[in-house]
Amino acid sequence: MANGTISKPENRLGIVGWFYAGSFSFERYAYILHRITGLGILLYFLLHIFGSSARISGQSSWESLMHFLGKPIFVAGEYLVFIAFCFHAMNGIRLILGELGFSIGKPGRPVYPYRISLNRQRPLLVVFMIIAVIFILLGGYDFFIAGH
Amino acid sequence: MADQKEQETSVFTEEVIKEVIFRVHRFSPDDGKPPRMQDYKVPVKRGMTVLDGLHYIRDNLDSTLSYRFSCRMAICGSCGMFINNLPRLACKTQILELEADTIEVKPLPNYEVIKDLVPDLSDFFEKHRSVMPYLIREEEEEKIDPPTNEFLQTPDELERFLQFAYCTKCGLCLAGCPTVATDKVFLGPMALAQAFRYNSDTRDQGFEKRLELLCVPEGPWRCHFAGSCSEVCPKGVDPALGVQLLKGQIVFTKLGLKKPHKIAPLATEKPEAKRRPGIPEAPPRTVKKE
Amino acid sequence: MREPTLWILHILAGIIILIFLGIHMGIMHLDTILTSLGVGYKNPLSWSSVLIRNKALFFTITYILLLGAALYHGFYGLRNILFELSLGKSAQKAVNWLLFFVGLFLFIYGGYAAIAAYVI
Repeated sequence: MANGTISKPENRLGIVGWFYAGSFSFERYAYILHRITGLGILLYFLLHIFGSSARISGQSSWESLMHFLGKPIFVAGEYLVFIAFCFHAMNGIRLILGELGFSIGKPGRPVYPYRISLNRQRPLLVVFMIIAVIFILLGGYDFFIAGH
Repeated sequence: MADQKEQETSVFTEEVIKEVIFRVHRFSPDDGKPPRMQDYKVPVKRGMTVLDGLHYIRDNLDSTLSYRFSCRMAICGSCGMFINNLPRLACKTQILELEADTIEVKPLPNYEVIKDLVPDLSDFFEKHRSVMPYLIREEEEEKIDPPTNEFLQTPDELERFLQFAYCTKCGLCLAGCPTVATDKVFLGPMALAQAFRYNSDTRDQGFEKRLELLCVPEGPWRCHFAGSCSEVCPKGVDPALGVQLLKGQIVFTKLGLKKPHKIAPLATEKPEAKRRPGIPEAPPRTVKKE
Repeated sequence: MREPTLWILHILAGIIILIFLGIHMGIMHLDTILTSLGVGYKNPLSWSSVLIRNKALFFTITYILLLGAALYHGFYGLRNILFELSLGKSAQKAVNWLLFFVGLFLFIYGGYAAIAAYVI
């Protein structure tokens, strides 16, 4: 610190780096979406434990809670949780397969142009994201169109 | 023939194709100023790399610019920089390939900056050292360097880890890694891929020893397969593959679903290579045996 | 040596959640589609359907299983995120114990509700 020198800048990206650190492919954004949806679902789940316990206090307290939660804002919020679950579940299957080493290929000789583990598991990502979108659409139909 | 010759001359032309702005990160620990970006105009010729551009700036515009480089052909792994939104090797990135009029050159993120574009990689090397990246043998007489004889390994066994042996330790993977962006102690893609490389080497018997170093919170469990390390790797090493396979290796071995690899035997015969007449002896070792 | 065990449990809990939360989400939020296919029942949140589920042993057991798996999975994930903020060793220990006790409390509370609903 002497002689007017300043310390080395740390240059660590910090939490911003979880969200964006350059032009990476979709897997990087699936990573942060997985994290956000996970936290969202966890928060909902903790509230849900207390909410569902209302059923042991009898019919009237259950029905008043359901009436309160029937407001459009809560229904919309619940649909967000449903979307988060669909994404988290489908991306989660892909991650389990990938992280245990099943969908990412075997080591080989790196020959240009390089084909890496991300490329090998990408078809899986596409398939699971399509399934997630189908469930999200089905859920949307059920939440907002059919019978509500 | 004439056509081909004409084409060759046009490829190796010295003609300036366009002028780009190099927006370069400047920081010096001695001048007391905070880090800042400085613009330079650089004339671009065909085939010019970002490293060539930095050479041009240093030679013609600003001799105080510091950056680290050595081989200028993607072998040494010295010139890793954050160039137009991705960690890349400056010598392996052509300016025209970036298709931009402004080239933003910053030091690799997630490392401390020593000066201008020079990151401090000492933590990175320390993490590498910490996973015991060398062959560990149980026999007492083979622990010394060099061993008494060669170990026998098939080409198939070699291919199980060869890819990870191509790593040049350039440090781009940790600059891309989202976990390293916040976690200082996470071992990072390079060290973990190297741990897998040695664990999978049939000549190595150090799996149990490395297991103790890897079954800690800062081990491979901090990786969530965002895959950015593999995306930026300039040598196709695919560290993300190594880290995922390492997790599988540890978990399946612990669950008893995967047997430890067979150990390469020591060759019983010395290879029968004879020095051809007229070839001089090798010079003496520069590093003394302990 | 604990980390790989915790990690593989996280994955196993994930698979359990996938199956049972999948069923739960289907019953709760795809009810009109499922009933038109002949499975599930209408108005899953009405008191009468709540009573049916309360008295079905399958739901009581899977609720408790799902509660445990989801608490573990969620809190392990939260622990991952917290650990990746460069926590020191003592802070890591504090996070471990805090999440363990909060998780245990919620498990006992939720488990009690599921059993009480079955017994009452």
